[in-house]
Amino acid sequence: MKYSAFNLFREGLAGHKGWPQAWRDPEPKSHYDIVVIGGGGHGLTTAYYLAALHGVRNVAVLERSWIGGGNTGRNTTIVRSNYRQPALHALMELSLKRWEGMSDEINYNVMFSQRGALFLGHSDSDMLQLAQKGDAMRADGIDAELMTRDQVAKLIPLLDMSPSARYPVQGGLIQRRGGTARHDAVAWGYARAADRLGVDIIQQCEVIGIDMVGGKATGVRTTKGAIGADKIAICVAGHSGRVAAMAGLRLPVESHLLQAFVSEPVKPMIDTVIMTQSLHCYISQSDKGEIVLGGDPDAYPTYSQRGAPHIIEKAAAEALALVPSLSRLRMLRSWAGTTDMSFDGSPIIDRTPVDGLYLNGGWCYGGFKATPGSGFLYAHMLATGETHPVAAPFRLDRFETGHTIDEPGVGPMPQNR
Amino acid sequence: MMLIPCPHCGPRAQAEFTFDRPVEAITRPDGTAPELIRNLFTRDNPKGPSRELWRHTYGCRSWITLTRDTVTHAISDVTAVGASQ
Repeated sequence: MKYSAFNLFREGLAGHKGWPQAWRDPEPKSHYDIVVIGGGGHGLTTAYYLAALHGVRNVAVLERSWIGGGNTGRNTTIVRSNYRQPALHALMELSLKRWEGMSDEINYNVMFSQRGALFLGHSDSDMLQLAQKGDAMRADGIDAELMTRDQVAKLIPLLDMSPSARYPVQGGLIQRRGGTARHDAVAWGYARAADRLGVDIIQQCEVIGIDMVGGKATGVRTTKGAIGADKIAICVAGHSGRVAAMAGLRLPVESHLLQAFVSEPVKPMIDTVIMTQSLHCYISQSDKGEIVLGGDPDAYPTYSQRGAPHIIEKAAAEALALVPSLSRLRMLRSWAGTTDMSFDGSPIIDRTPVDGLYLNGGWCYGGFKATPGSGFLYAHMLATGETHPVAAPFRLDRFETGHTIDEPGVGPMPQNR
Repeated sequence: MMLIPCPHCGPRAQAEFTFDRPVEAITRPDGTAPELIRNLFTRDNPKGPSRELWRHTYGCRSWITLTRDTVTHAISDVTAVGASQ
């Protein structure tokens, strides 16, 4: 049933008893054209675009837990395309354009709110870097506005602009088309849309092995039995290295963790996404009213999904220094996601050396914003066998050939990003 | 938070330490190009025990190697780098 004002009204009269299950719960078939490993946002958008744009409908998405239960449900929901490197401009802007039409396209309200994503500058060198980034963005057709100190103060009145401020604000760079979205809805919406096109979404189905015949991947072994596939698409974020190892591959990825936390819900007080050029602190307010905060990654390899408190303390201290009125809020929850940190901070969308096995990973801690673009480009590669021009720089072998896309410019140390 | 037993200082809070790299990723100048690329840019990335190089950066500043489980964070076999020489 289409979600619409009319159907909502009709179901309202009928006691909301007629809504169908949003997606089926099928048993896996013995063979699919394409098996996508990983039922997060990227895997589900991949399956959706395979069916919607390329007519490949004999597709399964295998999820070891429940869909959207990994990093799709563990991020700070920020969507933006304000990067410096041209390759990342193309990728993130393709993605942002898809966000702008997403709710209509999949008939599911993902609550995408283009409230503006602001980077604060705290020094002359911050402002210089922000001006350079803004110019680079505009040169590639992406919106960016450099803001003065007074403009920032007017936009976010709660910022500490006093002479004794711990982090004095000199100005900022805002991307007004940036914002936030309801992260769970992205997974649910694409699952429902893909399911309606015939994609099998199979939850509680963990991949435990990859079958190989003569150097070609021919299927996966799962906790629900063996499933054959013409093509196998890895899309598992933090566990990319473990799944690739099933086919004997070593990846340019280390799995770290990133924490985030939310306060109790309060009335609207911050209607912009606040980030800063010098600090590592993200502040936004969800539609429920919670203040959503994020900070540094924990900076060591781990699959624990459990971080250390001093990281939270640092992010909270920075947030309080920027917005002192947050100090009386109680924190409700904190959590962590396993992030697949690549060695240049940029993702990988490519074939692997194993025939029939594809990789979409290495999104570090910036994958949520790229969800629709990632699926769009991966589906293009899986369906056509060609690399989309936007995905072309994100090769698996770019480290050995020296073609890294090093946005922060810190070299091959994932913990320094 | 992990409690890391520094061979020089005893058990200290994780916040005093920085992770550097897995021991498998330590590069030597006499390595061949494929070895360097493998060690610099790819990882075994184990889910379980991992032998790692850390530094007691905000303590005695010495380098240490330890075995750490990447799921439970249990730490064992901490040794000072160079202790055997």
